[in-house]
Amino acid sequence: MQSQFPLYPPAASNFAPRVDDLMTYLTYVCVFFAFLITAAIVYFFFKYHRKRPDEVGAPIHGDMRLEATWIIIPSILALSMFGWGAAVYVDYRHTPPDTLDIYVVGKQWMWKAQQPNGLKEINELHVPVGRNIRLILASEDVVHDFFVPAFRVKMDVVPGRYNTMWFRPTKPGRYHFFCSQYCGTNHALMGGWVTVMDPTDYAAWLSGTSGGAANPVDVGAKLFEDKACATCHIADGSGRAPSLNGLYGAQVLLADGTTVTADDAYIRESILQPNAKIVAGYQPLMPTFQGQLTEEQIIALTSYIKSLQSQPVPAKGAGIAPSARKK
Amino acid sequence: MPREHYLNSSYGIRSWLLTTDHKRIALLYLVSVTFFFFVGGVFATMIRIHLLTPEGALVSPETYNKLFTMHGVAMIFFFLIPSIPSVLGNFLIPQMIGAKDVAFPRLNLLSWYIYIIGGCFALYSFSTGGLDTGWTFYTPLSSIYSNSAVTPAVLGIFINGFSSILTGLNFIVTIHTMRAPGMTWFRLPLFIWSHYATSLIMVLGTPVVAITLLLAGLERMLHLGFFNPAMGGDPILFQHLFWFYSHPAVYIMVLPAMGVVSEIIPTFARKPIFGYSFVAASSIAIAVIGFLVWAHHLFMTGMSAYSALAFSFLSYLVAIPSAVKVFNWTATLYKGSISWDAPMLYALGFIGLFTIGGLTGLFLACLGLDMHIHDTYFVIAHFHYIMVGGAVMGYIGGLHYWWPKISGKVYPEALSRFAAITLFLGFNLTFFPQFILGYLGMPRRYHSYPPEFQVLNVLSTAGASILALGYLLPMAYLTWSMRYGKVAGPNPWPATGLEWKTTSPPPTENFPVTPVVDWEPYDFPNRPDLGLTPGTLAPVPGDD
Repeated sequence: MQSQFPLYPPAASNFAPRVDDLMTYLTYVCVFFAFLITAAIVYFFFKYHRKRPDEVGAPIHGDMRLEATWIIIPSILALSMFGWGAAVYVDYRHTPPDTLDIYVVGKQWMWKAQQPNGLKEINELHVPVGRNIRLILASEDVVHDFFVPAFRVKMDVVPGRYNTMWFRPTKPGRYHFFCSQYCGTNHALMGGWVTVMDPTDYAAWLSGTSGGAANPVDVGAKLFEDKACATCHIADGSGRAPSLNGLYGAQVLLADGTTVTADDAYIRESILQPNAKIVAGYQPLMPTFQGQLTEEQIIALTSYIKSLQSQPVPAKGAGIAPSARKK
Repeated sequence: MPREHYLNSSYGIRSWLLTTDHKRIALLYLVSVTFFFFVGGVFATMIRIHLLTPEGALVSPETYNKLFTMHGVAMIFFFLIPSIPSVLGNFLIPQMIGAKDVAFPRLNLLSWYIYIIGGCFALYSFSTGGLDTGWTFYTPLSSIYSNSAVTPAVLGIFINGFSSILTGLNFIVTIHTMRAPGMTWFRLPLFIWSHYATSLIMVLGTPVVAITLLLAGLERMLHLGFFNPAMGGDPILFQHLFWFYSHPAVYIMVLPAMGVVSEIIPTFARKPIFGYSFVAASSIAIAVIGFLVWAHHLFMTGMSAYSALAFSFLSYLVAIPSAVKVFNWTATLYKGSISWDAPMLYALGFIGLFTIGGLTGLFLACLGLDMHIHDTYFVIAHFHYIMVGGAVMGYIGGLHYWWPKISGKVYPEALSRFAAITLFLGFNLTFFPQFILGYLGMPRRYHSYPPEFQVLNVLSTAGASILALGYLLPMAYLTWSMRYGKVAGPNPWPATGLEWKTTSPPPTENFPVTPVVDWEPYDFPNRPDLGLTPGTLAPVPGDD
């Protein structure tokens, strides 16, 4: 199906046709203008070629109507490009609910992915066709960028914060992914393959190969003990720190009266910079774990905290905003 | 040729190294930026040879990374930014406004020395292990992780920044205070308008990049955590600060080239420029709006989607004044008397390439497309169309246009036309395939690549060899002409600017008597002193 010299890469996500349509629109408009200007220059170049050495051109100084025309028409076209492009981008930056979440950690010069059941992959990423996939991106060192040309999406992977990106694969197959933010010596080798599978194949793959892989919730639970988190974050709310039961996804009431959603980024920040946001009713006692946990350990801890989502929330000591608790 | 002029008014190495004559300083810059262009060009050649095969044909990954980094640093900071302002601007601004020199001649010489000191730091970095951070120096790669000679390079760029600031300051004061009687703002050549706009950016923008690179350097040397997330710093803050200067810096490179083209087109069409005030105002608009678009380099960093919308909108806004210029240049050709001399070929080549470069900027400003083409070869192609197709074509075109004034001599006509066409074709063959590579998904800064990208890379390398010929030819025949060229005379084309009212080469003081300006710019039909015959070509509008 692909020609020998394709102009478009394979299209395998919900965004691919939208980005390609946008590309086609901009190409038509721009080729038209480039052709218009080139044709005018070439025509004038020959038509008005100097015939006598002492010749002078016509005394034309300008024309307001023309100036207005070539300000207004390009402005309108530019506005249409802006609007169309913004519509696609806003959809990309707004993750739909109900995504399949996969953690992706970049480090010089490899990618590690962790499937929801804890299965880990290196420089490979398996996803089911037709599901909304959210990648939660973290970096161990420098800025990387996760780029899948066939999906027409990319996102920087920035140390010290989580970025997320989402897409819905639409066509089974194997597609390149690249690191597209220059990250040092083997930047060009920091890539791999996305495998888009039928959901049943994906499920089989996930269960068939997961044997032996440590479950991230178990890893997180062990870390929770080893790092002595459990001494303060007591489940029944009686500790010096709030209980984490039911925390994930809830609204947390902070000491300054505001509330914040307990998502991955909030949990990460609370582990690494505990004093950035203090839960109402608690003292800033927690030490920082900056530099003591790898990105993968933070992900494991987050998975463990996520697993407490369904645990009974204590009446006192949960730190969850009252309005959110009623739900 | 006049018996005495700025080139032979005094002799010896001291008369050059201690000169305060803006024309001699311009030639000092000409030699030094050509040196850096050559250095950057050698790196580029090695890059293109390396990319002939998917696994990389020439060097190790480390070396490849150093090559593209040093290519970028040499070309941007030590060639493109100083090229037109410091060479042609220095030479011409005082002459174009009827002044004897710039406002601060000694400061002008100091700028050149600062540039040389900064350049030495950069060369020191290149020769003691090289630099592998990319010319963008993104943290924490540059400040923590890179093992290459980052510190001397950063210091070199920091120092060089002062050269830019002082040159900009000098030009602004010169243009404000030293215009000859009758040289009102709207009689100024458009070259002056574009250099005025450029100078504003140099003075206001350069301090920011200087401070930013200094902070990165301090983080590297003293482990202060400005950008290092492990110490609570923000790596994205670096990108904001860096591009706050480095995006406007693109306009430092291309605005002067637009100024050159705005001089060449009326001269070689023998017509007043179409829409003078629109072309002049668009230079200022580009300089002002250009300061408000920097974050379009950061759409994919995870920045707020709302701020991305604002920066995308402003990026489209800055495209309009550039479009206005292109339309006005094209309209100037209408009913002109068009000569096919080399400067005109370069100027028309500039319009073609800059148009493609500018239009592809619309693709990158488009949020939905940037999702895909950001950090791919599409970006490489786009900015080479602007910086090489635009700025370098303008620079070389300008050198051809003013060479008779600078050297007093004429270069071989046919050869110069051949070089201009070679450059245009070679450039397109080098960089057009990269647009396609980018959309197919080849990321930038890759020392190796999947085999399906090879055909386009080979085309690009083939183009680069033609392009190299297009650069070497003018270097050869312009140098040759200084000694062997025919005498040019004061106004060979002829052209209307004040710089053509003095002898070629001009005397040290430019004008024996301060000229009085009583004509409008580019007013060929009303300039009997040029020896032309008005009314020989369809002078009545609508007569065609």
